[in-house]
Amino acid sequence: MAQDKSKSPGSLLIKGGRLIDPAARIDAPMDVLVRGGRVAEIAPPSKIRGGADEKFDARDLIVAPGFIDLHVHLREPGQGHKETIATGTAAAAAGGFTSVCCMPNTSPIVDSPEWVAWLRQPERGALVNLFPIAAATRSSKGAVLTDFDALQRAGAVAITDDGKPILDDEVMRDALRHGAEINLAVVQHAEDTRATEGCSMNDGPTAFRLGLRGMKASAEASIVDRDVQFAQQFPGARLHVAHLSTADALKSVRRGKRSKPRVTCEVTPHHFTLTDEAVGEYDSNFKMNPPLRSASDREAILVALADGTVDAIATDHAPHALHEKQVEFERAPFGITGLETALGLAITRLHRQQKIPLIRIVELFTSGPARVFDLRGRGSLARGNFADVTIFDPRKRWTFEAAKSRSKSKNTPFDGWQLTGKVLATIVAGEVVYRSE
Amino acid sequence: MIRAARGSLLSIEHLQAPEILALLKLARRMNPLKPRPLLRGKRVVLLFYEPSTRTRTSFEIASKSLGAITTLVQSSGSSIEKGESLLDTGYTLRAIGADAIVVRHPLAGAPHLLAAHLDIPVINAGDGMHEHPSQALLDAYTILRHKKTLKGLQVAIIGDIYHSRVARSAIHLLSKFGVKIILCGPPELLPDVATTLASGVRLTRHLEEAVRGTDVIMLLRMQKERLAGVKIRIQDYIARYQTTLARLKLAKRDAIVMHPGPIIRGLELTGEVADCPQSKIVDEVRNGVPTRMAILARALGKAR
Repeated sequence: MAQDKSKSPGSLLIKGGRLIDPAARIDAPMDVLVRGGRVAEIAPPSKIRGGADEKFDARDLIVAPGFIDLHVHLREPGQGHKETIATGTAAAAAGGFTSVCCMPNTSPIVDSPEWVAWLRQPERGALVNLFPIAAATRSSKGAVLTDFDALQRAGAVAITDDGKPILDDEVMRDALRHGAEINLAVVQHAEDTRATEGCSMNDGPTAFRLGLRGMKASAEASIVDRDVQFAQQFPGARLHVAHLSTADALKSVRRGKRSKPRVTCEVTPHHFTLTDEAVGEYDSNFKMNPPLRSASDREAILVALADGTVDAIATDHAPHALHEKQVEFERAPFGITGLETALGLAITRLHRQQKIPLIRIVELFTSGPARVFDLRGRGSLARGNFADVTIFDPRKRWTFEAAKSRSKSKNTPFDGWQLTGKVLATIVAGEVVYRSE
Repeated sequence: MIRAARGSLLSIEHLQAPEILALLKLARRMNPLKPRPLLRGKRVVLLFYEPSTRTRTSFEIASKSLGAITTLVQSSGSSIEKGESLLDTGYTLRAIGADAIVVRHPLAGAPHLLAAHLDIPVINAGDGMHEHPSQALLDAYTILRHKKTLKGLQVAIIGDIYHSRVARSAIHLLSKFGVKIILCGPPELLPDVATTLASGVRLTRHLEEAVRGTDVIMLLRMQKERLAGVKIRIQDYIARYQTTLARLKLAKRDAIVMHPGPIIRGLELTGEVADCPQSKIVDEVRNGVPTRMAILARALGKAR
């Protein structure tokens, strides 16, 4: 990068790239000038006058608003042997994510304004923007609602009991009603746990073959269906369906969206890439919740990603230590890492195989998720917005090696996968926080 | 696929038909009454995380008949109680000098985990609801004592198939030899998906249909310990699915009745059926020893 100290401080010119900014309906060659952590100017190639402290040559590359991940587990407080905010956000940066929303199912559960504030302290060493999602009920026990208002004031962008569902009808209705009053989204891990006890994968031929108890698609769909009905009862209620994995649940989301635009949903890269057959011979790196589903569920998800039903791609990055995963399949914890493989899988599977346009894929990583939690000033590179930028090469072929992951844990099903599409630089508030060698 | 040490036996599903025939042939040459010191000095560890009578003792007698030393490790009274992981237990047994591990575990895939990390043969003696390969082999051995060949036979498998590792292994084995397999049981114990397990598998909810004209009837115990959440009225089950002498008459005249045990008289079968001349239930137990001798001989490289 060229240095020129005479120009205004803290400025960076991203030159020669193809800007894809779905919210601004831009897909064209554009230069981007950022200054003071904000977007200063967007202009056609070589039209930006004056210099910048630094220049980034983005020729042949895509310049996009910084990616936003609505669903990560950073394991702090309390489970630093799996991940820390520092290591998890380093993995996020390497995956092109400039903002991550972290789940509250830590130890202890993030159910108080104090813990929300603690997560946001600079001492945590976050390399990208960190947006806490707070617990919906005390200790996520599903009984007594937390103080949404105080949690929101402390910086929580949504509330959830993720890892488990809010099952009680009254509690879920109350959560949606209180959320509506202060414009806070309720994120639901949709699983009727009364029907999935002892289950470790999707119900179907593979589960039968392996002698494993299977989670039926209906255990997800029934909760989504109920929640959509509840959301319709309260004007302004915001329901976000986390890691949606079944065709039937999509039907409920579609119905909800027709009458209620604030029903949103996210899909993970592993659910649009893999099916339950991939569990193979009890590989616990293919064990997560919701589980990998059938081919027809994946087909429905691919359609919904293309047609706009899905609002965001979220990783559900869920790191676990090796010794925790190297146990009997049924005893292994649910969850896989996902931050560093998300874009490669999206380009490889959605763009190259499914022919979904790049602008739609970028939307799923940027303006889509920004809208879900109302992350103001993010998800688009409009002038004055935060200078969060992701620069990637959609044609670059590379091999993901788990051993080189920046995450503290290596529990990925994609070790050794050849992917197309690689993040080359991640910029947060005008600062380059990641650059590919 | 799991890269297991040569001689491991994790499942029937991934065994080729010729390997199965070779094991059965070897089993016919094994005689527990005429000990052969094929495995002299070898150490076989029996690692049992679940109660077992016939499988454990027959593996033990099979090992000793071949001259091997055996040690029994059970979950109670070992470091497993103190929280040692399966893998660490495996490493420990290997370090102590185990030449092979025979493992019985309540969780499916446990033998695969051991096999993926150890350089000694691992023999699956039953893992959760998954497979019970030695049982399927001894059942095939037993059938072949009474029928010329497996091909073209009709076998009815009746009862709690969903929870049964015996059923899964038997279905895989019989399917590889062109047996017509009819599964029979109520939906709670026999989901429709069962027919996807292998080729040549049909399903019926009517015992009479399953039994009519069949060569072999394989009965299964209702696995109360794995029934979590399943609601079955025992009286209804008995009325519809109990094998009685009257129902047995629908089968071929030379049909045989099999059961992996333990049998519950008065539930899946009547006492008269258990004790009738067509019942080979005791033979199966007896045949377990030479079959497991063959499995151990193959595991420890003394198959010839």
